[in-house]
Amino acid sequence: MVSDRIFGAVVTLVALAYVASATQIQTSFLADPVGPRTFPILVGSVAAFCGILVAFKPDPDPTWPVLRTMGALVLAVVVLVGYAYALKPLGFLIPTAITAAILSYQINPNPKRAVLAGVGLSVGLFFIFKFALGLGLVALPAALHG
Amino acid sequence: MDLFANLAIGFSIALSPYTLMLAVFGCFIGTIIGALPGLGPSNGVAILIPLTFSMGLDATSALVLMTAVYYGAMYGGRISSILLNIPGDEPALMTTLDGYPMAKAGRAGDALVISGVASFTGAFLSTVGLMLLAPLLARIAFQFGPAEYFALYLLAFATLGGIASNNQAKAAIASCIGLGIAMIGVDNNSGMPRLTGGNLHLYDGIDFLVAIVGLFAIAEVFFFIESHGKNTSIGVKLEKVTVPWRDIWNTKWTQLRASLIGFVAGVLPGAGASLGSFLAYMGEKSIAGEEGKFGTGVAKGVAAPEAGNNAAAGGALVPMLTLGVPGSGTTAVLLALLMTLNITPGPTLFTDRPEVVWGLIASLLIANFVLLLMNVPMVKVFVKILSVPPWVLLPGVTMISFVGIYSLSGSYFDLLLMVAFGALGWVLRKLDVPTVPIILGILLGGHMEDSLRRAMVLSDGDVTYLFSSPIAIGLWIVAVAGFVAPMFLRNVLTKPQRVSD
Repeated sequence: MVSDRIFGAVVTLVALAYVASATQIQTSFLADPVGPRTFPILVGSVAAFCGILVAFKPDPDPTWPVLRTMGALVLAVVVLVGYAYALKPLGFLIPTAITAAILSYQINPNPKRAVLAGVGLSVGLFFIFKFALGLGLVALPAALHG
Repeated sequence: MDLFANLAIGFSIALSPYTLMLAVFGCFIGTIIGALPGLGPSNGVAILIPLTFSMGLDATSALVLMTAVYYGAMYGGRISSILLNIPGDEPALMTTLDGYPMAKAGRAGDALVISGVASFTGAFLSTVGLMLLAPLLARIAFQFGPAEYFALYLLAFATLGGIASNNQAKAAIASCIGLGIAMIGVDNNSGMPRLTGGNLHLYDGIDFLVAIVGLFAIAEVFFFIESHGKNTSIGVKLEKVTVPWRDIWNTKWTQLRASLIGFVAGVLPGAGASLGSFLAYMGEKSIAGEEGKFGTGVAKGVAAPEAGNNAAAGGALVPMLTLGVPGSGTTAVLLALLMTLNITPGPTLFTDRPEVVWGLIASLLIANFVLLLMNVPMVKVFVKILSVPPWVLLPGVTMISFVGIYSLSGSYFDLLLMVAFGALGWVLRKLDVPTVPIILGILLGGHMEDSLRRAMVLSDGDVTYLFSSPIAIGLWIVAVAGFVAPMFLRNVLTKPQRVSD
């Protein structure tokens, strides 16, 4: 109940903000009868309407995970974001091993296995990508290449 | 006959050693993807698209490889359904109902063989159906103008939202999220940036592959972290595999009926394989009645959903190839592949690029035979793969997703977007909001807006032009009916729950 009410309200607000920013789209002199604004405004309005519907007619709540699991999920997102930033400057091997190990530990908390999974996946995938598929991956941090 | 001449072209392409090798390889990978719990046809194909793209395959080869993976995943889904009681992918859910009880009764081998043969029947018949129906539909599709296309896109969203989800409002929200995302970037008509918030990374728009991989693959990883891989129940052992000829013969009508139902369900835009297997199972259950003992581990209960879902897989290719409107989540992913390869599906595909279409159809026929061989005598190989633990598999999936998306653009921004889509996908699926309409929205949003604007240019802003042809009116009626009717049918069509031990 509560989840859907919040979800509906968020959708409505975002949709209205979307409509508001769609009205600010610049048109050019080459405009067609519909123009670049109409469709986004249409889409936003439908979404806002449906958001209100959901807020007033909510489904039963899903079972949200307990606080600790939520923490694990947030940590996973943070790790993945860090991985996204690290992939280019630090090369493939090191960030991949660390990220894979952390994810593996979160699915099954066994440190030894997690480290094995991390290192194994990092090295194994590197060889597959680099030599079997011919992708241009950089193995190590750029600084080490000189 | 045109058909045979076309097929001859197709086979001349499909039987070249290289293409053949790709088809076999695709079948193998596909079956693995289907069998692994947590990887299904849609996210499996999704993470492979960027890789195929960066491998630099030509259009036909890439298409052959990926559709072989698609068919393979449809076959493979049954393995974990039967042995672990975990559907390898969504359409395989119905197979757990009779497959798992059968396996518990010591007939795991029989269940795998029967379902393998049923899969073959379904997939083979639907490929034949595709061959016959697609050119006809392509001819009709030539009469489609922008007004008809606009109605058709609307129909796809309406039926997808109406049939495949539990709450119409939420499905509509999902469609709007997708359409709204599709609007971001430079407008094709006016050349002005829209809704980018001044962010230069967004001027090109959001790549649909980023959204697909995020929503399907990364979100799945979050689900596994949430459950700590606890869903991996201990499976049933597979002893000897023999061929139960009698059971196969006894289920022949079941297989044929289920294939037909599945094919029709697949052709309907927005319905797809899950609906195919569901309708096939429920249909056979009501035909068999109480004495049929459906749900206790009978051969017909294994054959029906498998024939149904594989037939739907072929059927879903019909609207995808002829109209450019996918019938399911996975065909949406295949459409993304076509768009990445710069092939525009639609009626012109059949006249301009017959080698792509018929090469694809011929490879599907070949792939089907390969899959039968792989999935009946060699099924034990794939059963071994089920023992890959989730703590290796899911990090692996994540890494492959990252490398795939990174190899597309080499930008960290796309990776961040992918993670964001993953988190969004997790929240939405928790709230029972379907994610497939989002994908469809991102894929079709641009086309949908274009056809609306072109229709308005043609009619000089007259809205009634949208309802001016019989085809358009028909499509509008079906769209409204497809969206509204399931509200009343919901009580009749409740999905049966999974077998719990």
